[in-house]
Order: sequence, then C-alpha cells, then structure tokens
Amino acid sequence: MLAIYKRELKSYFQSMTGCVFIAFLLVFTGIYFMAYNLTAGYPYFSYTLSGSLIVFIVGIPLITMRSFSEERKNKTDQLLLTAPVSLGKVVMGKYLAMATVIAIPNVIFCLYPLIIKSQGTAYLEVDYISIAVFFLLGCVYAAIGMFLSSLTESQIIAFISTFGILLVLYLWDGLLSMLPSSAAGGLAGVLILLTIAVFYIWRMTENIVLSGAVEIAGAAVSIVLYFVKQSLYENLLTDVLGKLALANVFTDISNNSIVDVTGIVLYLSVIAVFVFLTVQAIQKRRWS
Amino acid sequence: MIEVRNLVKKYGNHLAVDHLDFTIEAGRIYGFLGPNGAGKSTTMNIMTGYLGATEGEVLIDGHDILKEPEEAKKRIGYLPELPPLYMDMTVREYLQFAAELKGIPRQKRQEAITEVEKMVKIKDVERRLIKNLSKGYRQRVGLAQAVLGFPEIIILDEPSVGLDPKQIIEIRELIRQLAKRHTVILSSHILAEVREVCDYILIISKGKLVASDTPENLERMLGDADTIEIEAKAPQALTKEILKTIPGIEQVSVKASGEEGVAAAVIKEKKGEDVRESIFRTFAEKDVPLLALQTRHVSLEDVFMQLTQNESLPEALRRKDEREKVKLPAEEESTADALKEEEAAEEEKVPAAAEAVWNSADGEGDEKNAGDL
Repeated sequence: MLAIYKRELKSYFQSMTGCVFIAFLLVFTGIYFMAYNLTAGYPYFSYTLSGSLIVFIVGIPLITMRSFSEERKNKTDQLLLTAPVSLGKVVMGKYLAMATVIAIPNVIFCLYPLIIKSQGTAYLEVDYISIAVFFLLGCVYAAIGMFLSSLTESQIIAFISTFGILLVLYLWDGLLSMLPSSAAGGLAGVLILLTIAVFYIWRMTENIVLSGAVEIAGAAVSIVLYFVKQSLYENLLTDVLGKLALANVFTDISNNSIVDVTGIVLYLSVIAVFVFLTVQAIQKRRWS
Repeated sequence: MIEVRNLVKKYGNHLAVDHLDFTIEAGRIYGFLGPNGAGKSTTMNIMTGYLGATEGEVLIDGHDILKEPEEAKKRIGYLPELPPLYMDMTVREYLQFAAELKGIPRQKRQEAITEVEKMVKIKDVERRLIKNLSKGYRQRVGLAQAVLGFPEIIILDEPSVGLDPKQIIEIRELIRQLAKRHTVILSSHILAEVREVCDYILIISKGKLVASDTPENLERMLGDADTIEIEAKAPQALTKEILKTIPGIEQVSVKASGEEGVAAAVIKEKKGEDVRESIFRTFAEKDVPLLALQTRHVSLEDVFMQLTQNESLPEALRRKDEREKVKLPAEEESTADALKEEEAAEEEKVPAAAEAVWNSADGEGDEKNAGDL
C-alpha cells in the first residue's frame, strides 16, 4: 500500500496535475480572501472558503480522473493486480494519495485565520473546523471521482462525469425547490424511485419474478401508507433527497457557524461507500 | 508447481478458454504455442490472477490464486503482452516501485534491483525516463520487473515481440539462464523460438489444449511421414517416367522448379524404405543429372499446422458425411466438389488464424444448404 501511495503522490507532482490543482485552489481562495476578509473586513475565513467550493468542483475531477482509467488504458493495472497486494490496499493507496494532495492547500489555508487575527478579531474555532470539514468534503468528492474513474478507460469521460455529478450535487438545493411538496407528489416520487431501484435489481439479477415481486410489494406498501397516513408524504421528497446535498453540512458551518456531527458521519460513510464501490467495480471487471 | 484444473473463461458468449487442464512441474521451460486468439494470453492472465476464471481453478504450489491470492502471487513474476510500465518514471524508480510492491525487504532492495538490471542489460539506461526508451528496452524493463525478487515461477507472454534479432537471441539466452533456478512459462506464436528454448510444449487452439509433449516427441508423432525432395535437370515428363521405375515409392508429385529445364519432385516413400540410393543410381543410369536430393523431416511447423488446423477439418467433414447420408446419389458429385473446394480454401488459408478456418468451414456448409434448395 505504501509503495502505491508513494508512487501516486510522486506522479501527481511529476505530471503537474497536483501542482495545478493546488495553485488553482490557492489563487481563487486568495482572491476571495482579499475581497471578503482584507478589503471588506469580514472576520470569518470560513465564509471565504464557501466561495472556493466551486473551485473544488472543477479541481477534484482533475486529480481523480486518471487514477484508474489511465492504469487500465496503459495496462499498468496488470502490474498492480498481479502483485502480492490486495485490491483494497491498491485502492486505499491511491485514495490516500489523492487525499494528501487535497490536504496540502488546506494546510496552507490554516495560515489565513492567523492573518485575520493579526489584524483584529478572528473566530479561530469556526475557521479551523470549517477548514477540516472543507477538506473532508474534498475527500468525499475525490471518492466519487475515483469510483467514476474506475468505471471507464477514458480520462475525459471520467473528468466530465465527475464534474457533472459534483455540479448537480452543488446545485442540489436549487433543484430540490422545484420538487412538489404535496402528499400526492411525494407518493409519485416514491413510486418512481422504487421503479428505478427495481430496474437496477432486475439488471443485476435478471430475475423477473424477484424484481416484479419487489415492485408490487413496494408499490402496495407505499399506496396503503398514503391512504393511512397522508401527512407522511408531505415534503417527503425534499427531506429525503435533501440529504444528498452534501455541501450543506459545510455551508452550515461556514455561513451559520452550526456544526452538525451527523453530517460529518455522513461524509465518512459516503467515503467508505465509494471506496468500497471502487473495489467492487474493479473486481467486477476481472470477472466479466 | 502449477496445477490448472478444468479452466473455463467466457467473454459473453465467446468461449476463450475451454476446459483447460494441465500441470506444470518445477525447473523446466514450458512453451505455450497457438495461433492468434487461441487463448494463450487469457490463460496466462488467469494463472497470474489478473482475470477471474468462469470455472475451474489454478493452484500455485498448492495455493489457490483466488482464495489465497497474496501467497500465490508472491511466487509468480509476470510479464504481460504489453509491459506494464509507467511512462513518467525512470527505469530505476520503476524497478524500485515494483520491488516495494513485491514486498522485497528494504535492505535487499537495491541489491536485487542492480542484479536484475545487470542481467537484462539495462544498467546504462537506469536514469532515463521509460517513455524515452525504445521498444526493445521497454520490453527488457518489463522483463526485469518480472524477474525481480526471483520468484519461483516466471511467466512471460510473448517475450520477444518487438525485439531485433540480436536482442531475441539475448533474451533466449537469458530465459535459459533463468531456467536453471526457476520454472519459466512463455507463450509465443513463433515456432522456432518455442522449439529452441522450451523443454515442453503445450499447443493451444481455440481455448483447448490439443497437444502437450516435448518438441522431439511431438515431431516423432508424425515422424513416419518423411518425404524426399529432388531436383533433376530433365523435363517433367521424363523425371516422372524415371521415378516410376523405382520400387519403394508410394507417391510422387512433379512440378517445374524455378530454373529452366529443371524439374522438382516431392517423393513419399513407402513405410520402412529408404529410396535415396536407388533414386541416385537410377537417375545416373539414365544420364540425368540430379541437382538436389534431400529428406524433409516433419517439423514442428507441420505438427502445429496439423493440430491447429485439422481440428476443425474433421468436424466439418463429419457434418458433411451426415448430410450425405440423406442426400440423393445424384447430388453426391456436387458435394465432392464442395469438399474439394473446401480443401483448397483450407490450403490457401494455412497461415490464417484458426478462427478464420472455422468461419470458412461454416460458410461452406451454408452455401451447400442453399444448393440443396
């Protein structure tokens, strides 16, 4: 694992992607820092960080896109998969290298609150927590990007799909406001989600009886529930899907100074899920 | 050392490896021989744990490659068809990485790398980036990676592809040298190479093991079919005439040779006879100069062709036989023609991949069906 970690980290800085990512993030944050904190005199660095969030959406796909797609294209994955190292360690080695690249600008960010403090009042606690959560959010994005990279052989496709998904997640709040909040709308949404899930089950198992049974049972339960307790469906869609707005945990801290511990647990779980899915995606390719 | 049991690999509906069974013993050089697309690389990829098999198992020293992958993979060094090189690393860095990946202890690492570098003669390029190296050097770096740490089994997929003749000879020398301490398995579609280097040959065709034996034994299998080739300075008719008078000849085919006024003949002798002397004497008596006379042994090429081509031919013929039974006698002639045509097609396609032959055989069948209507 250490060997892969070291090689990856080195290659990020040899191929410039790592440097470009760090420079990109620092320049943009620097501009926001100038505008908000130095010129306007706002004492929270966390607010500046929330402005740099958009930079993550472009920057993270840049460092995750080549992680597995390039290995597969150049067939160097043959070296890794035939070496006496387990697949989990290969994936973790690569992931930790990405996390390290993301950590570097965040370490530099730790200086900014001190600059603010030297000029007067600073809220160090909020600022440092928000930097930590900002880093964690970067790791979540990186896990998603790594998973998408393991699905394709093309770096470009990996970049664009990661960028697209991160952008949708970023705009998620705005998209949610378009969803219906009435109970009937909630029921329709639940049925659509159920059908998508059943379609996935059918694709994976190719068992029409099983997927049909799940669809019918699920639909029956949700419709019965609708008539028994209609209030359950009100605002259901926005509540459930709202959980997917990953950046909210961070913006709560940066904008309102509210730390949500469950949100941090959510981040860690999403990371674990996508690292696991990456391992599974590579395993699946070996068998198909 | 390695046991491959009932190995099957399917890609969708395509059967790449078809119930393969063989055992590899320690201290020998094994050669995987087969036409393109025969399943050599797939088999090697499964043996090294890169791919999963649809059915069957691979045991490396008693360790299942899927159940105990780390134990099994530790014993294998693998050079895939395309050397798995990171272009943005120098040779030394790359080997350092490979050594670490293989779990060679830190204090032995430098020594081990230097040793393999000297072995494959890349010491002088160790500071260069891999992307700036030529194909031959890249192949050697890949080989160095496979040999690194001296695993018990070294698997090389077409190790001499892209090398110049001098390098090919060097690599063969290296493989022989390695075989003193390791079990080496290499694949190739170059017969001369396999014949020269390997102690034991496994011929694979369409995912099936069609023969496995030493090169000598494989040749001996068809060894009684020796032929004699002669060239005589006489018209073809005369040559044929003379040959007819010689006893002990089973079959003769005379054709024009390249030179003017010279006929060439291929002679098949009856079993157990040696007609070379009487050919010489007869031609001398008739005052016809013999320009050349040589025996042609059955070569590994012939064995290879027979095993990889014939396999589809008897099956195609068998199907035709079955059809003939239900046919009217009047149609028999056309069937015979089709058969001849098929044979001709078969001859033309000798160097083509086995799959192409399959297609041609199937195609013929379809044509005949249309004829029946």
